Amino acid sequence: MSQDASTRRNAAATEFDRRDSSWWTDRIARTVVFAGGISAIVFIVGILLFIATQGLEFAATRLSWSEFFGSIAWRPNGHPAEYGALALIAGTASTTAIAMVIVVPLSIGAAIYIGEFARGKTREWLKILIELLAAIPSVVWGVIGLHVMGPLMTQAFGVPSGLNLLNAGIILGLMAAPIMTTIAEDALKAVPDTYREAAEALGATKWQVVFRVVLPHARPGLSAAVLLGVGRAFGETIAVLMASGHAINIPHSLFDPVRTLTATIAAELGETAEGDDHYQALFVLGMLLFVITFAINVTADSIVRGIRRKKA
Amino acid sequence: MSAQDSTFLKTEHEEKSLRQQKLVRMFLMFMTAMLVLPVLGILSVIVARGAPGMSLEFLTEPPRANMTAGGISFALIGTVWLTAVALLLALPLGVSAAIYLSEYARDNWLTRLINIAIVNLAGVPSIVHALFGVGAFVHFLHFGKSILAASCTLAVMTLPVVIVATRESLQAVPQPFREACWSLGATRWQTIWRVVLPNSGSGILTGVILCVSRAVGETAPIMFTGAVLYAPFSPEGVFDQSMALSTHLYNVSTQIPNVPPGLPFSVALTLIGVVLAMNATAITFRMRLRGRKKW
Repeated sequence: MSQDASTRRNAAATEFDRRDSSWWTDRIARTVVFAGGISAIVFIVGILLFIATQGLEFAATRLSWSEFFGSIAWRPNGHPAEYGALALIAGTASTTAIAMVIVVPLSIGAAIYIGEFARGKTREWLKILIELLAAIPSVVWGVIGLHVMGPLMTQAFGVPSGLNLLNAGIILGLMAAPIMTTIAEDALKAVPDTYREAAEALGATKWQVVFRVVLPHARPGLSAAVLLGVGRAFGETIAVLMASGHAINIPHSLFDPVRTLTATIAAELGETAEGDDHYQALFVLGMLLFVITFAINVTADSIVRGIRRKKA
Repeated sequence: MSAQDSTFLKTEHEEKSLRQQKLVRMFLMFMTAMLVLPVLGILSVIVARGAPGMSLEFLTEPPRANMTAGGISFALIGTVWLTAVALLLALPLGVSAAIYLSEYARDNWLTRLINIAIVNLAGVPSIVHALFGVGAFVHFLHFGKSILAASCTLAVMTLPVVIVATRESLQAVPQPFREACWSLGATRWQTIWRVVLPNSGSGILTGVILCVSRAVGETAPIMFTGAVLYAPFSPEGVFDQSMALSTHLYNVSTQIPNVPPGLPFSVALTLIGVVLAMNATAITFRMRLRGRKKW
């Protein structure tokens, strides 16, 4: 009797057991896809670990931090070698600042025009052109800076070298413009239409609506756009290496050549041997770049996400 | 003239606002033009100065005379190798990550972490990717300076591009499609494989195109991991070194003496032609997809 019951139970169990081949496929697929999903985390942690450990020994023992942040003498091949990164930091800061001064107003203005004023086909074409601007490779911008803007600048301003702060700033600005315009336009789009309608019903013109209603509400999104633009200009390598003149120097005018953190790594990595002081010093510069861009990206991303959540 | 007519006339104040509006509109248009015109300017300069040097021989002949003459065939072949291997690595990873994020992931801390990782992978400077490539692939995994090491570096860089494009297309498939399939007793994977992926249309293809276009244009990450100034033969395997179009452009612009002035522009024209053609294709796909979908 009890044996009978257990057989019946077993039969029932098999009947409801869905562990056939498609169940197993589903299981395996879930695991594989999950592994793909966390690959981005694996890589970003991997980048952090590798950059940190490769330069760690040098940074912890032989590198003088007061020299690193306080001296402008970057002479890795000197006797004794000197690792003062102040001029490089100044170079990166000044090129990024010039780029932003030039392009933040243009990008926000373009975003307002594309998002609020342009209609239909014009709007589509403008968006496509901005996207194509983003697709131009860095090295092509470098060629433009080197062979077009450089000679143009020597002619126009009569300066000895066309490869300078202003040249690099303009190139960097144009490179950072697409992401700023796109994110800024998204920020404007996120302002609810009911706000615009309410203002228009009170008799405001389009521009009054934009200036008094849309812009104040989109401010966080616009600041995220600017931050992402800063991150882009800050990390750009090849174009700035080709257009900036690459001279270690704290710039005093727009026409001084400068040298950035990124360009220094790109120019010198090839002449180092694995593990020597110079190699490790370049990884310390890389770590500095990583930490700053990480902070910029996380801040900008949390702003953008906050806006999306509020909208939903 | 009755008082009634004057109620429909614009007041002085309204006219002033409208004048201001027109002025502002013009100014904004001018600002947009300042961003858009440089693109057209750059393209025309590159075409004008690069086109005279373009020919079939330029694309199919190896470089000669210390790279100041001849063609760019070695660089083209090298770029095809680097990009193909990078795509082979990035595509499976990227598509599976997109499937996970779109179909499986809940809104929890892990998903937020993955999103932060993707944003940063896309935002970390390319030279930091290069440092990672040198440390991880060239030295730690002992790939040496090779196509494999360079392609791995490119794959890590382009991974976010693939993930974002694919995820967007998967999320565009309406939820009822999935629910209908589940209610017929299909497993999650069967639903993804038979319903979601086929209906996501050219989304994955868009991801592929954008990935390739990004990989073709990158210079810094491959300069120290596998691309060399001059490699006299086309590569035979992934452990060979090779030339690449982007690094070749950098080299003829800055490193090599006595290059004829038109040569960098011809190389740039080739590079930009490949990249823009791919991006235009991706944009067309996306517009067709949006236009066709009526669900």
